[in-house]
Amino acid sequence: MYSAEFTYHAPTSVSEAIGLLQEHGYDAKLLAGGHSLLPTMKLRLATPAHLIDMKNLRKDLEYIRDDGDYIAIGALTTYHAIETSDLVKNKAALIAQTISNVGDMQIRNMGTLGGSIAHADPAGDPPAAIIASNAEMVIQGANGTRTVAADDFFYGFFETAVQDGEILTEIRVPVQTGNSSYQKFAHPASGYAVCGVAVVLEMNGGSVSRCSVGVTGVSDGAYRAADVEAAVQGQAVTPELAAQAAEQATSGIDPLEDPFADAAYRRQLAKALTKKALLAAAS
Amino acid sequence: MSETFFGKPIKRKEDPRFITGKGNYVDDMKLHGQVYVAMVRSPHAHARIVSVDIEKAKNHPGVLDVFVGQDLLDAGIGSIPVGWLLDGLKTPPHYAIAVDTVRHQGEIVAAVVAKDSFTAEDAADLVEVQYDVLDAVAHPGKALDSNAPQVHDDAPGNVAFEWQIGDKDATDRAFETAAKTVSLSVRNNRLIPNAIEPRASLADYNAGTGEYTLYTTSQNPHVHRLIIAAFVMNIPEQKLRVISPDVGGGFGSKIFQYPEEIIVLHATKQLGVPVKWTAKRSESFLTDSHGRDHVTEAEMAVDENANITGFRIKTKANLGAYLTLFAPAVPTYLYGTLLAGPYRTPNIHCEVTGVFTHTTPVDAYRGAGRPEATYLIERMVSRMAQALGMDAAEFRRKNFIAPDAFPYQTPVALQYDSGNYEPTLDKALQMAGYEQLRKEQAEGRKQGHYLGIGFSTYLEACGLAPSALVGSLGAQAGQWESALIRVAPTGKVEVFTGSHSHGQGHETAFAQIVADRFGISMSDVDIIHGDTGKMPFGWGTYGSRSGPVGTSAIVKAVEKVQKKSKKIAAHLLEAREDDIDFENGNFQVKGSPDKRLSFGDIALQAYLAHNYPSDLEPGLEESAFYDPANFVYPFGAHICLVEVHPDTGKVEILRYIAVDDCGPQINPLIVQGQVHGGIAQGAAQALYENAVYDDNAQLLSASYMDYALPRADNLPSFEIDHTVTPSPHNPLGVKGIGEAGCIASTAAVANAVNDALEPFGITHLDMPLSPPRVWKAIQDAAPAQAAD
Repeated sequence: MYSAEFTYHAPTSVSEAIGLLQEHGYDAKLLAGGHSLLPTMKLRLATPAHLIDMKNLRKDLEYIRDDGDYIAIGALTTYHAIETSDLVKNKAALIAQTISNVGDMQIRNMGTLGGSIAHADPAGDPPAAIIASNAEMVIQGANGTRTVAADDFFYGFFETAVQDGEILTEIRVPVQTGNSSYQKFAHPASGYAVCGVAVVLEMNGGSVSRCSVGVTGVSDGAYRAADVEAAVQGQAVTPELAAQAAEQATSGIDPLEDPFADAAYRRQLAKALTKKALLAAAS
Repeated sequence: MSETFFGKPIKRKEDPRFITGKGNYVDDMKLHGQVYVAMVRSPHAHARIVSVDIEKAKNHPGVLDVFVGQDLLDAGIGSIPVGWLLDGLKTPPHYAIAVDTVRHQGEIVAAVVAKDSFTAEDAADLVEVQYDVLDAVAHPGKALDSNAPQVHDDAPGNVAFEWQIGDKDATDRAFETAAKTVSLSVRNNRLIPNAIEPRASLADYNAGTGEYTLYTTSQNPHVHRLIIAAFVMNIPEQKLRVISPDVGGGFGSKIFQYPEEIIVLHATKQLGVPVKWTAKRSESFLTDSHGRDHVTEAEMAVDENANITGFRIKTKANLGAYLTLFAPAVPTYLYGTLLAGPYRTPNIHCEVTGVFTHTTPVDAYRGAGRPEATYLIERMVSRMAQALGMDAAEFRRKNFIAPDAFPYQTPVALQYDSGNYEPTLDKALQMAGYEQLRKEQAEGRKQGHYLGIGFSTYLEACGLAPSALVGSLGAQAGQWESALIRVAPTGKVEVFTGSHSHGQGHETAFAQIVADRFGISMSDVDIIHGDTGKMPFGWGTYGSRSGPVGTSAIVKAVEKVQKKSKKIAAHLLEAREDDIDFENGNFQVKGSPDKRLSFGDIALQAYLAHNYPSDLEPGLEESAFYDPANFVYPFGAHICLVEVHPDTGKVEILRYIAVDDCGPQINPLIVQGQVHGGIAQGAAQALYENAVYDDNAQLLSASYMDYALPRADNLPSFEIDHTVTPSPHNPLGVKGIGEAGCIASTAAVANAVNDALEPFGITHLDMPLSPPRVWKAIQDAAPAQAAD
């Protein structure tokens, strides 16, 4: 790899890292697992003058904890740790299901949930599950911490609620009370989601008491398919209903286009995968 | 001769070194004082170079020098030549560094040499090139439009050549009298080779002796030496040594001579230090010669008995911006001559227009012309069977050349030496459980499951030969191969071969042959290749030639050693030569098995020459050159079963059955590896791989983010078997198998997908059969049946 020259920092505390971010502003980039940042540096699409390696922050930011109402996941926790965690599998199953779809084993061994969410690649898998799980993100800055709900977190192309000088430190996933499913259509080359649909269904008797649907890959950022959620509310999930509700998977959305898939195809994937995810979560 | 090793599935000798990181590739090499070069490449597909300002780069700390196109011209460095000439072929110059115009994205405009690779890359960014950007064209059809941007002034209309083969009038008559005809417009999609080892070159000039050493990723080091020394750089051939150590794949892309090789040779002489360049993967995508890229109109005619009577083809072949070594041969003599396939096709006429475009050069890529021909034939045959309402297997069977018809003269120049096609088809049908599959297909369709069964009963021609013939067709090369056997006094054997492995397992397969014939252990035989300083001149490895041609030269040399050994044995055992038998590793006197000498004993005596025949030279070393009498013609039957999911358009390969005939197999494990890899690579063209250019001839699929290679989980476990029909004209009867899988499988997979789509009224869909393309075709064809 022939990246441009940069100054390397390895702070030992979150506050030190925040200080470096504030000092260097746009010239600085945080390095977590590196699987999004390093390829862009290799191609010199990203040329940060200062690289702030978070490896020494793992002692503070790598954990999976049961905090009662929610599971707290430190931002530097690797995909592999999350997908193999019994706590996550039992109490936040959608997160585990989704993360097992990220990249391949080598990537999941290095990549971190916090890194992925803060990077906000429109084709990343985790954001769909973050939305469908109604997770909250804990963001730390010079003036302390704040929490942001999933619906307010993703702004669009590689943009989130994390502001300059701030670091995403924790993801709080409410304990999941229904069944869930993540359905993905992977790009044949990159493995990223051309479309990914995450669904949580809470049932009361035979009908849906609460449905939550997050969609990734289709738009410039992951989004909540609120019309799908509304369409199944209070209903029994039959194949007919799932198909009908899935028709709303891209309502109000202007899908992305690229050489592989045009907007019409992305709409179709969103429908097909939403239907599949609804039925899988209902079964 | 006892065969201890031949035909055995012996694990490859070279693999432990490859899989434990002990291989020695060009980029692994470190010469004292070596420096690095980074290339400044055109971001534009077509532009006039207004100016190149190298001052900033040259003044950058750590930079040793910067070269531009004029520097190479001033040094007397010429154009990189094309190695196959056709009548009327336009051969515009191809300079290592562009002089005044760039004609494809990635073409080199300057080369920056620095003390380390990072500095070189940094400084390359400081070279300021002013371009006057011009219109560009990437598509071979559009490039022939009258108003298309011109690639070369001396190739009007972007036509590099117009070529034809076959009897036009007779073929036209066959269509006039046909009972039925079908036609298809077919795009054979462009592919990017993607060898696992990127290209790399390291040059070292010795000012004391005037000798250059070029370590480079080549499938044919002697060809590199010949062309670079004699035709590009005016270096006396003996003053250039080309070494290609371990080579990590090529698929054809490492046959050709590349600009970077010229640049490092020039730079090492100018700077007096070794100069290295290693491609970044993004450079590989942009500059390794691509493959395929045809636009074809084809028609087929049959008589009232469903016998094929005519095949008429018009192809526009994209050659890219420059002609590389074999480029003109690939869509002509390696394509048009194969269009009979395994079928009795009395009348064939094929016209090919070679087209310049503002794209990366296109040349040989695994199969080189034969996959394009096979895909076309097999698609057309399946389409005809469908149009006739005949079973695809039966239509093929009916039209196969009969086993007693060999040697068989096709109407397109080739004479097939041997073949027996039906047994491969029968075996494949049986392995597939064909009748049951058709039932499952019919049943599935009723329930919205779309299975497809695709055939490819291919024939291929490899081991290109003989030299006089290919010479008469325009090759500026011979097609024989060389071998030198050097027996050490201890009876250990070095085999110097003109073939060169870039993954084929020659160190194992060749050793099996030699060890058997000398009755020694395989560990006593070393195969030495890839170094012009060691090997006799040889043409290298491509076109599945090392099995049929390379080993034949080795066998010839072995036989000479055996002959001499026998003379020595007869002398030492005081017997007549005729009375000496070679058995179980020993020379022994007939009827007196205790009077014997081992191969090692003979070797020692050959070098001591104490008690020795007076009419015999000492030593035990023989060389041979083998020029084949004909091509070899492997064939086989492949069947692919797919399911198409109409809601996403996704194609799943459920089963893949392959029965191949490459004659006797030297090492079945290596054959299986070649077949497996070939099937994967060919299937990938059908489903995944696609080089996409936009309207400005910018390569959009220029990284692994966009260019899809097949992965293990895309493919089922292959079901493979074989038949054995030896080639009658080479000593081992062997036929090449390096490309067969790739030649066959593209058509099998594409036919399967098209078969699955039949209920939607779709008769042909171009490759790659990607989910969006399949889904859209289903939408367009039958909206009512579209995804639930």
